[in-house]
Amino acid sequence: MSDTVGIVIVSHSRDIAKGTADMVRQMVGSEVKVAFCGGDPDGGLGTNVPGIIDAINDAWSTKGVAILVDLGGAETNSEMAVEMLEPERRKMVVVCNAPIVEGAVMAATEAAGGSSLEQVRAVAEELTAG
Amino acid sequence: MTLQPDTFKSLVKVAAEQVIASAPELTALDQAIGDGDHGTNMKRGFEAVLSKLDTIGAQPLDEAFKTIGKTLVMTVGGASGPLYGSFFLAAGEALAGKKLPEDLADVFGSGVNAVSARGRSHAGEKTMLDVLVPVLETLKADAGREDLIERVRTAASEAVARTAPMQATKGRASFLGARSVGHVDPGAKSSCLLLHAVCSTLEARQ
Repeated sequence: MSDTVGIVIVSHSRDIAKGTADMVRQMVGSEVKVAFCGGDPDGGLGTNVPGIIDAINDAWSTKGVAILVDLGGAETNSEMAVEMLEPERRKMVVVCNAPIVEGAVMAATEAAGGSSLEQVRAVAEELTAG
Repeated sequence: MTLQPDTFKSLVKVAAEQVIASAPELTALDQAIGDGDHGTNMKRGFEAVLSKLDTIGAQPLDEAFKTIGKTLVMTVGGASGPLYGSFFLAAGEALAGKKLPEDLADVFGSGVNAVSARGRSHAGEKTMLDVLVPVLETLKADAGREDLIERVRTAASEAVARTAPMQATKGRASFLGARSVGHVDPGAKSSCLLLHAVCSTLEARQ
């Protein structure tokens, strides 16, 4: 199966989210689906649940989606977004406890090799464990 | 005290207007120890709630709570969105088959548990839970008393004041460590404002 785990980047800042996505694409090209969401619903700094839901659906893959977040509110809003997905998609999405830029690049590189969602998450989270 | 549909609608309206009017104060508190967006975020969320007031007023109470919760989740744009949203979603879920005011402490408690689970937090960490938990205790201890509303109001005010000397261990304020001491927590303050608005509306209708 050629499908790879999708990557979603959630930051309080659209610039950080987009910049991180650009770095990921430079690393892994178009093999891995990457989507991002940054900023609040009015375009200021913050997070945005409907935007995160859209990003998850854009990056959707049968292998699931790994989300990388920056600060607490991005994590809380990402977890909320996951719970608002269709029930069969919820268990196929994880929020990684990892630094956003390094985590996204490592996760996407692992995903590009065809790894499972759990493997992708573990590689991203190794950055925090060390 | 029986909760009529028109009373509930005015509760929501007064509480939302109170939060919107207090946005500058909430933002000022959040600028001291957080990221300075609590007022703006809460204002955006409760403006969205106000825009759905007719729908909310026409729904059964449990559905109305869920509409409020979902609206806050989708519009607030900060951690307080999922936190307050989870409160209303869980309280709405708990309302099915329950009666108000008899089961108020149960329903409120379900909301408080959801906030605690969503934030992976508990009372004592300088958050909205430092108001919600003492108010829940008052609702349990003083259920059925004639002066329950006044007791809830006092419990909320005293609980907000107690957040000032606390050191934050959750949320953005925890990054400040000891420097978070001396400031009232913005989430505790917004919870207090909402509860006070509810108390005032219920008193006016008695």
